[in-house]
Amino acid sequence: MAKIIGSASVLDDLRGRIFPFPHRHFLSAGDLNVLQANALLDLADGLVGLSRQTTKTVDWLAGRTLMNLFFENSTRTQASFELAGKRLGADVVNMSARGSSMAKGETLVDTAVTLNAMHPDLLVIRHASSGAAALLSQKVGCSVVNAGDGRHEHPTQAVLDALSIRRAFGRVEGLTVAICGDVQHSRVARSNVALLNTLGAHVRLVGPPTLIPSGADRWGAEVHHTMASGLAGADVVMMLRLQLERMTGALVPSAREYFHFHGLDREKFAVTAPGAKVMHPGPMNRGVEIDSDLADDPTISLIRDQVEMGVAVRMAVLACLAARLEGQS
Amino acid sequence: MSNRPLALVNARLVDPASGYDGPGAVLVRDGRIAQVDKGGGAAPSGDAEVFDCHGAMLSPGLIDLRVKTGEPGAETKETLQSAARAAAAGGVTSFVVQPDTDPAVDDPSVADFILRRARDIAQARIYPAGAVTKGLAGELMAEIGLMREAGCVYFTDVDRPIVDSRVLMRALQYAASFGAWIAHRPADPWLSKGAAATSGELAARLGLPAAPAAAEAIMLERDLALAAITRGRLLVDQVSTAAALEALSRAKGHGTSVAATASINHLSFNELDIGDYRTFAKLDPPLRAEADRQALIEGLASGQVDIVVSAHAPAPAEDKRLPFEEAAPGAVGLETLLSALLTLHHQDGLPLIDLMRAVTWAPAKLLGLDGGRLAQGASADITVCDIGAPVLIDADKLVSRSKNSPFDGRRLQGAVTATFVGGRQVYSAS
Repeated sequence: MAKIIGSASVLDDLRGRIFPFPHRHFLSAGDLNVLQANALLDLADGLVGLSRQTTKTVDWLAGRTLMNLFFENSTRTQASFELAGKRLGADVVNMSARGSSMAKGETLVDTAVTLNAMHPDLLVIRHASSGAAALLSQKVGCSVVNAGDGRHEHPTQAVLDALSIRRAFGRVEGLTVAICGDVQHSRVARSNVALLNTLGAHVRLVGPPTLIPSGADRWGAEVHHTMASGLAGADVVMMLRLQLERMTGALVPSAREYFHFHGLDREKFAVTAPGAKVMHPGPMNRGVEIDSDLADDPTISLIRDQVEMGVAVRMAVLACLAARLEGQS
Repeated sequence: MSNRPLALVNARLVDPASGYDGPGAVLVRDGRIAQVDKGGGAAPSGDAEVFDCHGAMLSPGLIDLRVKTGEPGAETKETLQSAARAAAAGGVTSFVVQPDTDPAVDDPSVADFILRRARDIAQARIYPAGAVTKGLAGELMAEIGLMREAGCVYFTDVDRPIVDSRVLMRALQYAASFGAWIAHRPADPWLSKGAAATSGELAARLGLPAAPAAAEAIMLERDLALAAITRGRLLVDQVSTAAALEALSRAKGHGTSVAATASINHLSFNELDIGDYRTFAKLDPPLRAEADRQALIEGLASGQVDIVVSAHAPAPAEDKRLPFEEAAPGAVGLETLLSALLTLHHQDGLPLIDLMRAVTWAPAKLLGLDGGRLAQGASADITVCDIGAPVLIDADKLVSRSKNSPFDGRRLQGAVTATFVGGRQVYSAS
């Protein structure tokens, strides 16, 4: 594999698939139409091999500066963007909110204006407030990638989930995907509903009524309140994380009651379609939303693939955003 | 200033107090209306200075019952003086400032401070509202009687609902003995906790914490029951939902002493206006569904909504240029109130006289304020407005010290040409 992808012609072919991103920023999974989404998936799919070989780096983004601006802690997403940037040859700077001027009361907009003066080309932001990435994008001259804003969106997660599904099934269109758990507080769910709809999947949202937002039935998804109906015949079961503080009576009575009715185990999984797969955006609460037995079963679980796809997808997104910047300058 | 009388001629008089809408002229002498000439329009009294209205609407000056400034305590947002200048530009001649200042108006000395400052401000008459409870904390009654004597025109804890039902019950009972109104914001505190929007498809998609619209009617039902058993006077602050209007209508049918305000924002915008996290449209109460807005317009036409307020709430850029959840709620509104109201006349066909009643005679009568009508002997607080003139709102050009207007970029119809307070011209468009 290493030799093949390393050859100049294959790399040139991959590079030729980079297209200028349709927007200056990537804020929402709904920003992509079906052609753009598929082109992005094709490119990312091609890039997977690059990370598997000894020499993982290309120089396509040489001279570009990528800033990771994480106001919320996230080891996996931050590392994924950092590696994606470095493997494309960009200079990568990581900023976390702790100990920064943000922690000293500087507003998001002031931080953005300050960082913008250092001329980054790509700014990756994770923030606890919905709409924070959109606000930032209005105040800077570079491209902004939303790496999660509050409960709103996490678009690169949706793309990597779609890639994981496509590699497992050979397609996304026509599959039934059940997104289960805390949809109310999940940006992953919102981005996935948008992208999976674009790609032609049938989307179900499954969870107790307290964790499904009002109006979700109008998102182009079926709403189910029991795992039995929600998982029946599903090809993909996407579990969401339920934060521990939400399981103590405020939204569901207890962790054990939640697992009893909405946690994924073999018994509940039995009603899915033959060959069904399990996904989880991580980090998992084992024994709360998902049984380890399923999460670790390589014939069923796509969880590790998701993490691997994350780097390739982010490389694809960054490369296309940079290509658009080139078109502008 | 000369003591010459002033004749405002060639006008379309709109006087909701007498129900008159027609041609006419007004003669002003010594700060008061000396004569109202309905029908004629010829200049009376030979020595008078003449102001030709060129057929524009001449109405009593607007009275706005819900205005926040930053004085005392947050003068960077707005001062009494800057708010008065904004008011004059908007045809508002009297306004009531809210007690949630720093320090709060929960003590007669703070009310007295505001009234003393107001005496030096010519552009508008400024009245304070007092707090219902000490520190607006919703626990212990403030000195309602003494503040009433000092000049507070009604009592309110502003945006904070009084959660303890017994506290509100006693305040209604106690204030009634002074004939004072208690204004109360109906919002169930538990449903509304942390909410930045109204529950619905849009708020869910944007990932914003939201409260169901029913939070308003739930609290209002309690308030109305308390008003009924205490025979207190309840002013419902900024009704915004169809369900609350139903409850209100029922209570009015039973003879409860209740009146209601609606903000011009909730009459003009719906939840979709928050669009892509537009913080200028973040309000408290949050914007509602279009069906609620339509119900509110109907409520205004039918008289269930008595009074329209600007809900002027200045917030500087640093409080608004934040992620939606963290941004301060509220909008400035003194300058756009009349134009937005007239837009309802042009677009929704509400009769001019009914719309104007809600910002002139209705608030004046409710609180016993001078002005609000075109009658001999009334103070000469007058607004002249070209009701057909198109205006494009540019927030940066507002007189107000804060520019947080959701009307920014909107086209409205109706422009104030002149404002008079006590017979003295305090604003001229030219």
